[in-house]
Amino acid sequence: MLTIRNLYARVGDKEILKGIDLEVKAGEVHAIMGPNGSGKSTLAAVLAGREDFEVTDGSVEYLGKNLLEMEPDERAREGIFLAFQYPVEIPGVSTINFMKTAVNQVRIHRGQEPLDAVSFLQLMKEKMKLVDIDQALLSRSLNEGFSGGEKKRNEIFQMAMLEPRLAILDETDSGLDIDALKIVANGVNKLRSKDNAIIVVTHYQRLLNYIVPDFVHVLYKGRIVKSGGKELALELESKGYDWIKSEAEVA
Amino acid sequence: MTHASVHNEILDTLAASAMPVNSLQQQALQEFIRLGLPGPKNEEYKHTPISRVLEKSINPSLPFQSEGKVPDEKLWKLNSIPAYQVVFLNGKFVAKQSQLPQGIDIIPMHTARDLQVVSDHLGKYADFKSDSFTAWNTAAWTDGIFINIPEDYTVDTPIILYYLHDATAGQVKSITRNLIIAGKNSKVTIVEKWFTQGSDAVISNTVSEILLREKTSVNHVVVQTDDSNHIQYLHNQFWQEAESLLNSYVITLSGMFIRNNTRVALDGACESHLYGLYLLKDNAFTDNHTVVDHRKPNAFSNELYKGVLDGKSNGVFNGKIYVRQGAQKTNAFQSNRNLLLSDQAVAHTKPQLEIWADDVKCSHGCTVGQLDEDALFYLRARGIDKETAKAMLLYAFAAEVIETLPHDGIKNFLDTLIRDRLHNSF
Repeated sequence: MLTIRNLYARVGDKEILKGIDLEVKAGEVHAIMGPNGSGKSTLAAVLAGREDFEVTDGSVEYLGKNLLEMEPDERAREGIFLAFQYPVEIPGVSTINFMKTAVNQVRIHRGQEPLDAVSFLQLMKEKMKLVDIDQALLSRSLNEGFSGGEKKRNEIFQMAMLEPRLAILDETDSGLDIDALKIVANGVNKLRSKDNAIIVVTHYQRLLNYIVPDFVHVLYKGRIVKSGGKELALELESKGYDWIKSEAEVA
Repeated sequence: MTHASVHNEILDTLAASAMPVNSLQQQALQEFIRLGLPGPKNEEYKHTPISRVLEKSINPSLPFQSEGKVPDEKLWKLNSIPAYQVVFLNGKFVAKQSQLPQGIDIIPMHTARDLQVVSDHLGKYADFKSDSFTAWNTAAWTDGIFINIPEDYTVDTPIILYYLHDATAGQVKSITRNLIIAGKNSKVTIVEKWFTQGSDAVISNTVSEILLREKTSVNHVVVQTDDSNHIQYLHNQFWQEAESLLNSYVITLSGMFIRNNTRVALDGACESHLYGLYLLKDNAFTDNHTVVDHRKPNAFSNELYKGVLDGKSNGVFNGKIYVRQGAQKTNAFQSNRNLLLSDQAVAHTKPQLEIWADDVKCSHGCTVGQLDEDALFYLRARGIDKETAKAMLLYAFAAEVIETLPHDGIKNFLDTLIRDRLHNSF
């Protein structure tokens, strides 16, 4: 589904990604871990199409297409979803209105009929249950005054509404207490299927107790320095990142 | 021809249009000549080159068209809400097109000028000694409307004033003067709207004095959508007595060159809300000068003006708040927010507070910024195309201005206007 080859990206003069290689197939869950500043969030942002980052080398192929040539909204309509680490607050735009526009643009792109108000509301109610989110919250301005947990639940709610092929969760666990974390993870797990893939970007192993990955990759100084199964995450949890760092420096 | 002589010729032409019939008009004409046309050194017109624009647009050697044809109703009439209508063409009242309410005095100014009640109030509120265009209006108006609403009376639907111009056969000047007296405990909604047919230059000058007696409630809505060769001067002067409520809206969606003066005198423990929205593109110019004059204690005023500026457009906001010495316990708030969508658009914003009382709450804030790129990316990351995402953000920014408009029909009309404009033209 996604093939990243030798990807380099920078912001200004600062090189952040220095040759990433990664292959993600349908049905898989990949965890990207690594210490702060290793480039995890940059990778997520580059995949979603954020223009602050300049790709200087390498390629990203998504469902047979050159992802790097697509506009961010085109990527989303093609099935890529980024759950933001810091969801943006947008006064005056309600989640409901915004989601209605988004869902229908995605549906039209997929050759489906846009939803009328009634079917939209029905779909929304069904997806709200997944993350235990209140309709009153969704009628309010997008993320404005939401708690950390509400913002993250809203991200997963949007993911459920848009039914992406490839979801990228950027530090979705940050700022969540254990109950909120369980709700969010539970929502994500219900969306797992053999047709879609998920990339979980996280600093801690904690989230991976609930969203169990097939592969774990460790990012350090802009490169993937180690890959393994879910047991690699546990190893990192008990030993910290230092041994990875020294291994990487030696190599 | 030298610049000074063009300038003088315009001044002479404008002055010549005045034929004073009473001492007020004579006095106003003298003031107009004394003040002259405002140049760049005039602090009130610092960023507003109205004289230069007049010199470029008006030809002093050609006549002004006072006659004309009323344009097709479809082009200017607001059909979505039931309303009374007062129609002017090139500055003259058109009885045939007007639909006036019963039960109140509503009389064209050219006849109402002889009434005692009119001479008691006309020129008493709108200061013609400091602004030459208000002086010119006071000296040279050709028509307008006098509305006198009795005590305890509610005008059931809005009264819409349509200022139409036929500029198909030469330049037009349209000088209208209104006096509106809302009697004690009355309620009324007034809308003002302009439309020009033809491409010749129009200079319009509209001054209204609006008196809110005790416990009145007035909604006043200015809708500027006239996309023509129209230089507009508008001065709305409100005077509020105790327990009155004013909601003023100035919504500008098009206009080549516009100067709006919106002034409120709070002469009692009353409440004023002043809202403004200007959505400018291309070479549009709009200047909103507002004055909120707290003259008595325990009054409340809140002012919110917002602008979106694209292309090479230019927006000016100047907001004065006076709190006079006796006006203790005043609450006065003001905010002006601007979004610039292009590198060549310009916004000038200037709050001016003069507070002479010591027990007051006042605040003001102004910003000039750009569209939030993070928000834009967030919407696009959900599959919404860039143009729609931009329009959604601009609408969210703009809609706040009309959110609390108390008349649903007018609110929906403006909402559609704003929405269409943002989805089609930026």
